[in-house]
Amino acid sequence: MSGFILILFAALFFPGLIVRVKSIASGRKGPDLFQPLRDVRVLLRKGSVIGTTTGIIFRIAPSVSMASVICALLVLPFGNMPAPVSFGGDFIFFTYLLALGRFFTIIGALDTGSSFEGMGANREAFFSMLVEPAFFILMAAFAMFTGYTSFSEIFRAFYISGNHFALIYSIIGFYILVQIALVENSRVPVDDPNTHLELTMIHEVMILDYSGFDKALINIASWLKFAMYGSLIFNVVVPSGWNIALHIFLFLGIQTLFASIVGLVESFRARNKMNKNPKFILTLSAIGIIAFIVILIMTEKLSI
Amino acid sequence: MRSQISVVDLQLMSLLLILIIFLTVLVFIVPKKHKYYYTLSILLGGIIVTTIKSFLSLAGNGGTDKISLTLPAGPFEFTVDALSAFFILVVNVTVLTGFLYSRGYLKPYYEKKNSLRFSLHYFSYLWLWLSMILVLIVRDGFMFLIVWELMALSSFILVIFDAEDTGIMKTGISYLIQMHVGMFLILLAFLITSEDSGIIGFNVLKGYFSGHSNVLIFMLFFAGFGIKAGFIPFHTWLPQAHPAAPSHVSGVMSGVMIKMGIYGIMRVLISVQHDHLQIGTIILFISLLSAIMGVMMAIMQHDLKKLLAYHSIENIGIIGIGLGLGTIGFSAGNSVLCLLGYSGALLHVLNHSLFKSLLFFNAGSVYHAAHTRNVEHLGGLMKSMPFTSLLFLAGSLAICGLPPFNGFISEYLIYAGMFKSLASASLYQSLALLASIAGLALTGGLAVFCFTKAFGIVFLGKPRTGKAAAAEEVPTGMLLPQLLPLSLIILIGLASPVFLKPVFAIVSGGFGLEQTGLQEKSISASLASVSILGGIFVVLTIIILISRKLYLGTKEVASGPVWGCGYPAAGPSQQYTATSYVYNYNHLAHPLLQTKKIMEDIREDEIFPVPRSFRSESNDVFKKYLVDKPVDFISRLLKLLAVMQTGRIQHYILYAFLFMLAILLLTYFGII
Repeated sequence: MSGFILILFAALFFPGLIVRVKSIASGRKGPDLFQPLRDVRVLLRKGSVIGTTTGIIFRIAPSVSMASVICALLVLPFGNMPAPVSFGGDFIFFTYLLALGRFFTIIGALDTGSSFEGMGANREAFFSMLVEPAFFILMAAFAMFTGYTSFSEIFRAFYISGNHFALIYSIIGFYILVQIALVENSRVPVDDPNTHLELTMIHEVMILDYSGFDKALINIASWLKFAMYGSLIFNVVVPSGWNIALHIFLFLGIQTLFASIVGLVESFRARNKMNKNPKFILTLSAIGIIAFIVILIMTEKLSI
Repeated sequence: MRSQISVVDLQLMSLLLILIIFLTVLVFIVPKKHKYYYTLSILLGGIIVTTIKSFLSLAGNGGTDKISLTLPAGPFEFTVDALSAFFILVVNVTVLTGFLYSRGYLKPYYEKKNSLRFSLHYFSYLWLWLSMILVLIVRDGFMFLIVWELMALSSFILVIFDAEDTGIMKTGISYLIQMHVGMFLILLAFLITSEDSGIIGFNVLKGYFSGHSNVLIFMLFFAGFGIKAGFIPFHTWLPQAHPAAPSHVSGVMSGVMIKMGIYGIMRVLISVQHDHLQIGTIILFISLLSAIMGVMMAIMQHDLKKLLAYHSIENIGIIGIGLGLGTIGFSAGNSVLCLLGYSGALLHVLNHSLFKSLLFFNAGSVYHAAHTRNVEHLGGLMKSMPFTSLLFLAGSLAICGLPPFNGFISEYLIYAGMFKSLASASLYQSLALLASIAGLALTGGLAVFCFTKAFGIVFLGKPRTGKAAAAEEVPTGMLLPQLLPLSLIILIGLASPVFLKPVFAIVSGGFGLEQTGLQEKSISASLASVSILGGIFVVLTIIILISRKLYLGTKEVASGPVWGCGYPAAGPSQQYTATSYVYNYNHLAHPLLQTKKIMEDIREDEIFPVPRSFRSESNDVFKKYLVDKPVDFISRLLKLLAVMQTGRIQHYILYAFLFMLAILLLTYFGII
């Protein structure tokens, strides 16, 4: 449960950190760490304007998406403390539940009947479809390496095996998870949330018509998603055996590092051309397959 | 004692089935307005008895009950074991829902078609049900082929219900031909396997397989049953027959009839004695191809029912992935993979029959209300048809394998089997598992892509044409029956361990798996967690929705135009279309799908362009190269032979004479 609370805590600062890093990198003064929180407060104070063409799907989509993210957090472990709910193959549930949230976000956008939102919906569906195999291949590599099939058990057994090659996987895992997080949260280089033109957006254009409470839910869900991937990265990188104080320190450190990476990538890298994105995303699956092959060699299933 | 009871009720069931065979004929005599209820009562009677028998059989720990009846036509033998019982239940649910739904669906045809057409339709519907039940309880080869043929014939008549449309008749004939190719392959396989014993049927397969090579004969069976099931490349009838048939029939055909192919494959698999690894690999390869290509082609379809038909191919592929992995697991003595693969496949048979029939029924309702199945002409139906939309949404979520619906449970089982076996797998198995994991994940993503498109374009936004704008919610009579599959979809999703127990029993009994108790327990525990999390998710969603409602109650909520880049979003015709939704996907998938654009470019000197049309078409590559081209080739060849058909009687007498001469000479030289 403490992992759950820590993720909630980290989520509060995550977006502010990204903005901070970006403003420092570009030499601006920029807003402080709490600006996104204040933005949400403003959203909550306001009423809503709801599009006339929309129906019930548009209204329930943010809530369903929020519920799916919170529920998905329940299977994430923290250090050597198992997740609140842990079972064999829980990452399958994790991925598919997030897909359910995405399904609703997409049809929520289509409910407006605006072609801008349709365009965003299509891109979101398309890119997230391509990213799904990468995550599963990575988890397959982990499952084969450790012999376990739940987040909690995999991460606990990760470094216990005493095999120093585990470091290779933590690096590959770190890389793939960061990239997946960027795709799933629609950040540069796949999508640029700050672009000024609807035609070039993915996620932002889907939520153009949301305001007030619903927009606040969407914002919070995206923070939670960031912190969730940060927590996955923490679990891959940090051995579970270390003591709790160190864990909490490292957890916050890694979340900060992750936020800085996102901010720095956004400061120094341009967004991909839209039709280059599939190649970019499929590369992740290829890297996952490399990890898988390395494990095959290491476990002496494949001799060279 | 228990087996005594089982046999008694098997006797009862058999007698009733024979009685029903006679009662079906009376459909032709009953007055038109009573026909529906007459058929319903026969169907209900049969369904109740077979359902009770199946429950008893499943409760009796999967024992086999056998009964022989001597009839004028010869001795009959009916056998019910756990596998048959499971499939009987699957058949009954969908057939019953389909028939209840058909009442409203056929109403517009009531005035148009005469009494005989309705009699024929109901008669064939009864026989489709009856023949499916018989397929499941008959083991003798000849009897099996007869009822298999009856199944093809009755479904053929159901497909051509609307045969005034010549296209439908043509589709029906093509369906019938392909079914017979399948039957011929099964017959051939049965004949080869009867070589030793002289008996043809499922019971002698074990004996044959233990003494002979397994792979080729299995492939023959697989091809025969695979045509019914719709594995790629044997799927070509499926995307044509399903849209042509009335929706309740497509629901039944796609939901359960194609599963008879799966049933046949499982029966043969149980008997296979060696070469499991090769057989499993072949099944796995074909299934992965079916799953991925099925959904990839589905995405390109603009006809709602054709889209669903291609999705059936995808789901048959998922079932096949389970079967293939189970067989590979069996070969390696990996009981986890075997158990979970087969169980996942079997549960997916049930799940798919539920959500696919639900989707077909609602596609039918859309057609009923808007008189078009082209998604580009629909839109905004959620406002005029809220209940149909919600049912379709539930079906879509379930077919995408999203929790907390039933599709997730079966896909989870297959995934769990794969991930759990990775650590102990050999190199070959590891690669097969990796391919399946990536393939299944990709299929899941593609399914989400496909159904966000289907649901979004058809039900959301604004109506794109007058037809869609005029649509009204279908009568309650068409909605109520769908609550049965819907409740099962939710129930299986949220209380999966209950449903899993009999499935495990069937698999470990049928395939002779031992010591799977521990595994079963751990999976049941995992699924209990899935249920808990699913429950938490539902409760959480409701809490957030209620707080949203309460919160918005305190604020000012206005409605305004949708954002259209500084202007209000433009009219219905400028919404995102299905074609534009798949545009970027099409770029990526083009090499596999060979989509064609049919349009005329604007010439440079054309100052005032005239109205133009644009059309895009997707080809079924497999159909083109495996069916159309060879058939064209053969018909060209046969045309050459037509030189002999001169129409002159003298020539024909000459042919007969030459033929006899040839026989004479050949016999004389002892060649024949």
